[in-house]
Amino acid sequence: MKTNDLILQTVTKVAAFVIILFSLSIFLGGHYSPGGGFVGGLMTSSAIILLLLAYDLKTVAGILPVDYKLFIASGLLLSVLTASGSLLFGVPLMTHAFTYVDLPLLGHISLHTAVLFDLGVYLVVVGVTMTIIQTIGESE
Amino acid sequence: MSLLHWAVLAPFLAALLVPFLYKLVRRIHTGWFVLFIPIILFTYFFTLIDTTRKGSTIIESVPWIPSLHINVSLYVDGLSLLFALLITGIGALVILYSIFYLSNKKESLHNFYVYLLLFMGAMLGVVLSDNLIVLYTFWELTSLSSFLLIGYWHHRERSRYGAQKSLLITVFGGLAMFGGFVLLSYIGSTFSIRELIMDSGQLFEHPLFIPTMLLILLGAFTKSAQFPFHIWLPDAMEAPTPVSAYLHSATMVKAGIYLVARLSPVFAFSGTWLWLVSLFGIITLLWGSFFAVKQTDLKGILAYSTISQLGLIMSLLGVGAAALHYEELDDNLYLAATVAAVFHLINHATFKGSLFMVAGIVDHETGTRDIRKLGGLMQVMPITFTVAVIGTFSMAGVPPFNGFLSKEMFLASMVHVLELDIVNFTTWGALFPVIAWIASVFTFIYSMIILFKTFTGSLQSEKLPKQPHEAPIGMLISPIILASLVIVFGLFPNLLSTSIIEPATAAIQPTLTNDLHVHIGFWHGFKPEFWMTVGIIVFGTMLFITLKRWWRIYSIVPEQISLNNLYDQSLNMIEVISLKLTKIFMTGYIRNYLIYIFIFFIAALLSTLFQKNAFTIDLDHVAPIGLYEVILAVIIASVSIVILFAKSRLTSIILLGAVGYTVSLFFVLFRAPDLALTQLIIETISVALFLLCFYRLPKLGNRKEERMAFRWNNALISIGVGITVTLIAISAFSSNKPFPPISSYYIENAYKEAGGKNIVNVILVDFRGLDTMFEITVLGIAALGIFGMIKLRTGRKSE
Repeated sequence: MKTNDLILQTVTKVAAFVIILFSLSIFLGGHYSPGGGFVGGLMTSSAIILLLLAYDLKTVAGILPVDYKLFIASGLLLSVLTASGSLLFGVPLMTHAFTYVDLPLLGHISLHTAVLFDLGVYLVVVGVTMTIIQTIGESE
Repeated sequence: MSLLHWAVLAPFLAALLVPFLYKLVRRIHTGWFVLFIPIILFTYFFTLIDTTRKGSTIIESVPWIPSLHINVSLYVDGLSLLFALLITGIGALVILYSIFYLSNKKESLHNFYVYLLLFMGAMLGVVLSDNLIVLYTFWELTSLSSFLLIGYWHHRERSRYGAQKSLLITVFGGLAMFGGFVLLSYIGSTFSIRELIMDSGQLFEHPLFIPTMLLILLGAFTKSAQFPFHIWLPDAMEAPTPVSAYLHSATMVKAGIYLVARLSPVFAFSGTWLWLVSLFGIITLLWGSFFAVKQTDLKGILAYSTISQLGLIMSLLGVGAAALHYEELDDNLYLAATVAAVFHLINHATFKGSLFMVAGIVDHETGTRDIRKLGGLMQVMPITFTVAVIGTFSMAGVPPFNGFLSKEMFLASMVHVLELDIVNFTTWGALFPVIAWIASVFTFIYSMIILFKTFTGSLQSEKLPKQPHEAPIGMLISPIILASLVIVFGLFPNLLSTSIIEPATAAIQPTLTNDLHVHIGFWHGFKPEFWMTVGIIVFGTMLFITLKRWWRIYSIVPEQISLNNLYDQSLNMIEVISLKLTKIFMTGYIRNYLIYIFIFFIAALLSTLFQKNAFTIDLDHVAPIGLYEVILAVIIASVSIVILFAKSRLTSIILLGAVGYTVSLFFVLFRAPDLALTQLIIETISVALFLLCFYRLPKLGNRKEERMAFRWNNALISIGVGITVTLIAISAFSSNKPFPPISSYYIENAYKEAGGKNIVNVILVDFRGLDTMFEITVLGIAALGIFGMIKLRTGRKSE
């Protein structure tokens, strides 16, 4: 029995992007305000879950044709590489570097290798959440 | 590596080659190749006699674990040389015998000779080692190889039983002995036996001296089948007869004798040693000879006879220890006991080896070893009969064989015990000659049983599985050689006295034997021991003739109270009890294991808390409690309590979610925005997952959802855990903190060093980023685990 959930689907179309933007915002602002890769990742996956609820697994797989397990792998790879990248510069493992630059449009901001590490966390969290939800959802 | 080391190593190296020879040269019996090893070794050791005769010794050392002072130091003196000659000499004869005994086609000879060579090498190692640890290593190797040899016919149930029994008992003793060795080296602060002997005077006063001695004796007694550890030996008779002849008459069972003799200089001054060794020896002598008469299996009789003869040697070593207490006397009577022990050791190896081979021949040619079926073999097997006559008469102590001489010396030593006025020997010492005499009578009886029941009477051909005939000459060579040695040593006893017996005695009694001259006289005159021998022969003959009338005494004591039964029962009991014990607590229910864990948790932590007097309450540093906190606490507590009494699972899940959201409110209240965010989302996800599980639960059918059943013990345990944790938390909060918290560093440096203002995040990705890295790994593993679990399950279903 398929009910007409037009309202839900329409709202989702708007809300999902708002949620994703919000998640990106708390992910990127993690170093200065509450948030970070973990919560950001969870929030992004909740946007995708909203899509899953409004549509169905197949449609969402059509919209986002990705294997979330690759997210986990690439996220782990990114964080490990960031952590071990410091070894190339002769400093201990996991040493981050940052610098402040003035970029046009964005102004005075910092560029920080910790963001790369956090991006790894973000990817892993998205991958993990989506893998779990998808696997359970697909199983009978 | 000296020649001596190569000599010990040679059997092991040869054992490596045996399987190849067996596979490649199938036509020739593998035994012929193996035969060279003991012959060469015997010749080598024979050349060393010259050295020990002069009273000098050989010591060669190769480092093994130098940092622990464990070196393979080999030491040759009279005693080790005597044993080395026995091992290699009898080894050669046994291998020769086995070539004809074991068929080239039917038997797995490669196994047999590998085990036998392993055993030979191990045994040489035992008698030549000077280092206690090396000695122990070889000792266990003899146990192991003997286990393999007893279980050679592993398809037989009895062989496996015997092998297991001997391994259990000898390894039990071996382990005790290892303990003794460790203690001994601790007391004497060296592993070298020679050095221990040199300062044996100081060892004597150490408080651990007696435990050391007891442990080492336990090892020696189990190996040498002394009462009550003798029970493995009769069951070891399931081994092939060459093995029985070699291991269980001439060599392995004498390893314990060797150990007692070797360590005599260390322990002998102690009265406990004197008592224990001589008492256990004499009891074993009586016990073994008494029960040998009862046996109906030829090898069974020989096994019990071996036990009793080993007891004899052991008791002589014990009495010989008394010599130390009479150093001043010119004519040291007790030194003669040691001489008798050494002499009887040699004699026993000769006659018992030959008798085992005779038993093997009888078994091989008639198909049975049961003396009730045998008889009248004299005409059929004249040569075997002759060998048997020599062996049995020597064992019984009848002139002119060598057993007579050593038996006389034994009886003389036992009579001298009467004059022993030290360490309370005057009270019970009188028992020694009496027991010795009675045991000798029984020895005479079973010797005669072996001879007459097997070879005289009428031939019962119909009862025998095979038609009896004389053995092939190859099988007879070894027993003939041994029997002729019995006669030669009997007629010319002094052939050995200067070359072998004197150096061996000197090794056992190093302090006393400066001017030792062993002269074994054939005729002592009309001394007590002569009349005792006459009495033995007269009484023995009478009892043997009337055997049928008094044989019933063996059925007085029922089979159930035998030592064997005790062993079987206790082994059985150990299994049954441990099974029951495991069944009691290993229930298979996780709830029970949780109970153990929690009870242990409560007991360990609470008792530590109060034992160390660590419980403190200090309310000075408590922060003021706000209204919101109270409200949230009340909510969280009441929700938690309601969960316990919830009837439906759905209620429990939703209430659990309520707890989680309240916790996240607490995080808000305690100013942890990151935690609050994460907690909110994670709680949502986990509640959703719970609901998923709930949805998938099996249908209950008619049964309704029930409230969790109340159990007092569960309630008590959970309250106990709660109280314990609370008390520890209060105590940890109240106690003085030895160090200031590290958080101030983070607060100061988060922006300066790490360029971030969110301290939590800076700690997570920068200061303690490694933790985060592995936490996301954990997440990844969990996701893949769930994926794998679900996908694999569906895969299985489709099949």
